[in-house]
Amino acid sequence: MSLLPYLDIGLALLVVVVAVWTIAARDLFTSVVGYVAYGLLLAFVWIRLYAPDVALTEAAVGGGVTGVLLITAGKRLGALKNVAPEAQPGLAFRLLTGVLAALVAGALGAVILMLPDPPPSLAPEAAAAADGAGAGLGNPITAVLMSYRSFDTMLEKMVLILAVVGVWSVGTDKAWGGAPAPFRRPKPYAPMVFLAQMLAPVGVLIGIHIFWTGANAPGGAFQGGALLAAMWMVTMMARLAEPPRIDAQWLRLALVAGPAVFLIAGLAGEVVAGSFFAYPPALAKPIILFIEAFMLLSIAAALPMLVAGPPSERVDQ
Amino acid sequence: MTPSVLAGLVGATLVGLGLYGLILHPHPLRKLLAFNLMGSGVFLVFGIVARRGAAAGFRFDPVPQAMVITGIVVAFAASALAVALILRLSEESSRVTLDPEAWTKPNGGDAK
Amino acid sequence: MITLLDLFSIAAISAGAFFFFAGTVGLLRFPDALTRMHALAKADNVGLGLVALGLIPRAESALSALKLIVIWALVLLSAASTTQLIGRALRRGPK
Repeated sequence: MSLLPYLDIGLALLVVVVAVWTIAARDLFTSVVGYVAYGLLLAFVWIRLYAPDVALTEAAVGGGVTGVLLITAGKRLGALKNVAPEAQPGLAFRLLTGVLAALVAGALGAVILMLPDPPPSLAPEAAAAADGAGAGLGNPITAVLMSYRSFDTMLEKMVLILAVVGVWSVGTDKAWGGAPAPFRRPKPYAPMVFLAQMLAPVGVLIGIHIFWTGANAPGGAFQGGALLAAMWMVTMMARLAEPPRIDAQWLRLALVAGPAVFLIAGLAGEVVAGSFFAYPPALAKPIILFIEAFMLLSIAAALPMLVAGPPSERVDQ
Repeated sequence: MTPSVLAGLVGATLVGLGLYGLILHPHPLRKLLAFNLMGSGVFLVFGIVARRGAAAGFRFDPVPQAMVITGIVVAFAASALAVALILRLSEESSRVTLDPEAWTKPNGGDAK
Repeated sequence: MITLLDLFSIAAISAGAFFFFAGTVGLLRFPDALTRMHALAKADNVGLGLVALGLIPRAESALSALKLIVIWALVLLSAASTTQLIGRALRRGPK
């Protein structure tokens, strides 16, 4: 007798309960804490769905970095502890919204119960991309991301850059070119400094390892990049490093390097291998890892810049 | 009930919950949180489609999973942009709300 | 047929689960945040350590076992630092 069905049901119940708590919480901080916990529980659900890469990404980006973003935002708004500042909607509105939400959820649930059987699948095409064209990657998700749907991944890197540009444009005209506001007040607490000094080297090592091993095992540039970004953020929180000026050349080069190398590789594929984003069969794996290395750099640079926010005139040594 | 169907129903519930929170909460950051909840529910539905598409020797269909990984990162980027906009808006209008009245009334500060 | 190593794993993981249970009871029942952190520290450090110890015989290779220990050490580091940070924030009072 297997206990797994009970685990599944218990996990599903727990996820829904924590999500309800996130929505129903009184103040923002409680809600964000609930969201981070929810993200970690969701990583478990992903593991049960045989998706370790997605579980890694959800735990790192969905739970971790989004939590940092929201708590930093709440702190800057001074709104972490507010309790219903504006007029709460009335009961009738709540009921109406509840009915709408239930209808949407019910429709989606009905669709899920009526999914076609046998299920259609793109796995054969993905397997062809993983073995054929000389890619030789052991991790089919990396093969899909970098070979079968490489154009999508490149566009997604460009979306990251666009988001960074969007965040930077929100700053005031006077502050343009400056650095974002520091993460915390000038004199950081010693345990924070200790944590940053001990954790950052180990974290960088683990991040690079996760990126490198993503070719053959669960992992990849996104997960590794999120870890590297977290290490930079921890260092900035301990004031061992400052958010850089947004007109710094090295920062802009680091941000653009990923999509630029990707695009150049794709255009070169037109010339060398016959079609846009095709890789020459013998060199496919080295080229993919080369592109992924620059993607790693871009992601590790973009995520902390997104959390740091627009350039600000507030400078406190 | 297989794990896939269970997870799919959980995803549907999360979409409903997120929609409820998105419409109901007046605070912009909580709307953002509810929106992220909705997004992760949608990703769960993708995930069960991936699980059910087990074929060609894999236990899952890698294409929807790759899309979910991309989607999680893009959702974070969109959240960061939304946070920047909300912070700037509340700086200018001195109130934390998405109500258009707040930043057009004279005592709330002009919109720049 | 349950071997001695399996028995050891079961014992260690059960002990770890007991510590997690005790930590959760403390989290729910203790009066204020500082005492709750005290309870959580037991769950994090000893509980996770016992679970990792119980998983070591079941690891595929020495490298995997070493990774389990590194995970435990990293959790120790972050738990200790964040406990200090939360304690300081509590002492300064809500702002």
